[in-house]
Amino acid sequence: MEENKKQIQDSAFAKASADEQEQVIKYSAKDFASDQDVRWCPGCGDYSILAQMQRVSPDLGIKLENFVWISGIGCAARFPYYMNTYGFHGIHGRAPAIASGVKLNRPDLSVWVATGDGDLLSIGGNHFIHACRRNIDIKILLFNNRIYGLTKGQYSPTSEKGKKTKSTPLGSIDYPFNPLALAIGSGATFIARSLDRDAKHLQAMMKRAAEHKGTAFIEVFQNCNIFNDGAFELLTEKETKADNVLFLEHGKPMLFGKNNEKGIKLDGLNPKVININDGEFSINDIWVHDEFDPNTSRAHIISQFSEMESLPTPVGVLRQETKPTYEEEYHKQIENFKKTWGTGDLKKLLFSGNTWEVN
Amino acid sequence: MAMPEKTIVDLNDVTVRFAGDSGDGMQLTGSQFTNTTAIVGNDLSTLPDFPAEIRAPAGTTYGVSGFQLHFSSSDIQTPGDAPDVLVAMNPAALKMNLHDLKPGGSIIVNVNAFDPKNLRLAEYPSNPLEDRSLNGYNVIQVPLTALTNTALEDSTLSAKEKSRCKNFFALGMMYWLYSRPVEPTLNWLKVKFKNSPDLAEANKKAMMAGYYFGENTEIFTTRYEVKPAKLSKGTYRNISGNEALAIGFITASVKSKLPLFLGSYPITPASDILHELSRHKNFDVRTFQAEDEISAITAAIGASFSGALAITTTSGPGVALKTESISLAVMTELPLVIIDVQRGGPSTGLPTKTEQSDLLQAMFGRNGEAPVVVLAPSTPADCFNMALEASRIAIKYMVPVMYLSDGYLANGSEPWKVPDPDLIPEIPVKFRTEKEGFAPYLRDENLVRPWALPGTPGLMHRIGGLEKKHITGSVSYDPENHEFMVRLRAQKVKNIENDIPDLEVWGDIDSEYLIAGWGGTFGAITEAVKRLRQRGAKLAQVHFKYLNPFPKNTGNVLKKYKKILCPELNMGQLSRILKSEFLVEVEPFNKIQGLPFKSSEIESKIESLIGVKNNGRE
Repeated sequence: MEENKKQIQDSAFAKASADEQEQVIKYSAKDFASDQDVRWCPGCGDYSILAQMQRVSPDLGIKLENFVWISGIGCAARFPYYMNTYGFHGIHGRAPAIASGVKLNRPDLSVWVATGDGDLLSIGGNHFIHACRRNIDIKILLFNNRIYGLTKGQYSPTSEKGKKTKSTPLGSIDYPFNPLALAIGSGATFIARSLDRDAKHLQAMMKRAAEHKGTAFIEVFQNCNIFNDGAFELLTEKETKADNVLFLEHGKPMLFGKNNEKGIKLDGLNPKVININDGEFSINDIWVHDEFDPNTSRAHIISQFSEMESLPTPVGVLRQETKPTYEEEYHKQIENFKKTWGTGDLKKLLFSGNTWEVN
Repeated sequence: MAMPEKTIVDLNDVTVRFAGDSGDGMQLTGSQFTNTTAIVGNDLSTLPDFPAEIRAPAGTTYGVSGFQLHFSSSDIQTPGDAPDVLVAMNPAALKMNLHDLKPGGSIIVNVNAFDPKNLRLAEYPSNPLEDRSLNGYNVIQVPLTALTNTALEDSTLSAKEKSRCKNFFALGMMYWLYSRPVEPTLNWLKVKFKNSPDLAEANKKAMMAGYYFGENTEIFTTRYEVKPAKLSKGTYRNISGNEALAIGFITASVKSKLPLFLGSYPITPASDILHELSRHKNFDVRTFQAEDEISAITAAIGASFSGALAITTTSGPGVALKTESISLAVMTELPLVIIDVQRGGPSTGLPTKTEQSDLLQAMFGRNGEAPVVVLAPSTPADCFNMALEASRIAIKYMVPVMYLSDGYLANGSEPWKVPDPDLIPEIPVKFRTEKEGFAPYLRDENLVRPWALPGTPGLMHRIGGLEKKHITGSVSYDPENHEFMVRLRAQKVKNIENDIPDLEVWGDIDSEYLIAGWGGTFGAITEAVKRLRQRGAKLAQVHFKYLNPFPKNTGNVLKKYKKILCPELNMGQLSRILKSEFLVEVEPFNKIQGLPFKSSEIESKIESLIGVKNNGRE
């Protein structure tokens, strides 16, 4: 039994020669591109996310064959087909659950989920919150375009209230989810946001997520140029970006604006925008971001910025926390149980309980 | 004064039913009596029957919980049609169970519970112990509560706790009455109440008081003995279907050298499998209590994709939720066993009661053409064998297998001749590692695709729910490819008929009449056929454990008989399939009461079919 299990754990790569080990370090983005034609609409934000992932992957120190990309249904869910890794295109909403099964059975693999706002927050909401709660070591990339693309343009659980779509001709009356707040509330241990148009920032967030041990969640604002074009225009266009986006950096004051002249001051529980050049306030009044703040309340306040008038939309790592992951605890329990009771003995098991002999 | 000498009467078989409030501990009493009876060496079969409510209001008829046990000095198949003895802990228990009792049977009642309040709760207009309505029965009135309290006078337990020990008094009394040893239960108490010696001592005292009460009181003039059954040589243990199933899958895991992964969401009557498997993590059993039924199965699919022997356990409503995921396993061609411990439906239905009404769901309950293998164990102990079969087939053919147990098999128990694990064949597993010529949907001679695990260098590939191109596994919308793949997946399942045992015909092979059943009704049907044949009827019997594909000879067997009777605990689901598959006439015989068949019911049905006079002979 042990022998075969070892084979599963190490798979065949244990036999890989030193030369092959060398190659691991020399991957290029191309190695991560599959031979499949990419079939997203021209101009879709998904192209950038795919490109950034392919660029980042070679530098993660993970062997190509140890990546597993898992998805549900939707435009984003086609992602695994385009990655030259192991991939599983599942069913609607269930990617985090499939990924959990893979990771629990094979903690040695690097397990990633590509998902959309409908897939993760509507039909798959339950699996998302429970993956976060367990702190299972999977990486979840949410392609949030605030619309249903593959089903051709219905509103999604992140669409703004009042949105007119094919299914809401009079405007939607649903209040949207705030995915970051939901992830914080569910106990995710790495929570970040990025933009499809900001290649460098997105790459940095992907790297950070890969380095994190535990459930890592990145919300990527992604433009659907067919059904919800321009949804994030204010955040991505040169003229407006600086005044509307706050780049969070650990240990740095929360500054934004064309000349970094504006900042966030935390007044009790209320964040407000102040200008450090107007004489009344200085840089010392600005809230300094602490990713590792053990109290989730402040991260929660940050997650609400985008819903507050005149506050910028935060991107970057909102918070992170180190605590034992689910699969670590899971296998530790099994190992400890084996230590206490000895490795299972089939004969003992079958003949356990009250037995009697018939002669 | 010398005790009166008690007569000892030898009996061939006895059926006992314990009945009381859900909180009276009847399931425990029954299972203790069962374990001891097994150790004595009787053949036995049990039928626990309890309400879905955990603690329904005390004294009410809907809170009555029962446990029936049939034990014998010869081979038996069923938990018994009608009890010889009913132990009724209160008026409601008497009311709910009296109608099943054999005419002239014995009733042991806790007379202390027959007070005005309990009589009113049970809706008895007058006390049945006094109004002669029980004339014709042998009524034994025992002040169980009072005697238990007296026995526990010195105990420091509260009055309520003392009164809770009365089931052990009843158990002790029954041990005496049927000449059973008390030691197995004494040992069990020691282990069970290791940390509360007060409770262990009180229950022991109550049980011994009951035992001596039997010996000393003049109420019982006769004591009974049921000699050990002449079972074939070997080591035996008593086992329930859920237990047998759980250790069956552990055995499959050892024999395949694969870790066992169980994704499960608690549901009656399947939860005990999750409990049992969670206790055996030293076999590298990986249990995952998921957030819902869908997560349970999709996590199992993820585990299968990455190289585990993956199973998921549930009951009918859970299968409904898992439906789309089962299709995903069909499309991705991954090994997976879906265990459905069937219960009364539709919807939430009768959670704690048995039924066979998920056969059509198992066969056809998916979108698209999505064939899966369907297996069904026939007795509690057979749940072990079929776990090995389900695992073997799932792994060898990279296919999802539906395993149809039911509430009766799951909770019922019987003696099981424990197999020598060294004689159980290995389950071979082939993981693809060669890069050369690899494609994810390449086929071997059985049309099986390779199992290539993540982590294997050079075999990176993508699978999923979209239609796959033959061999390459790329997404394909090509019309001809789709038809080809649909037929291929069907053929792959169909081919398994070459790898399963033929349908065996028992009894009078040349009879005109065939009795055909499937799954958990095996005992009741076999008993009915046996009794009728003993009385001279000519009958043939088959029992299906492989329902998709059917055994290869099924059509030929069925066509030999003039009349086929198909008893099922549903509206005729197997009948329907046999008729449409094999174009034969089948007479359904159905019961949909949440209860197993009594063999007498099947017996009368067969009698009416063949005509009582000639018993099937010309």
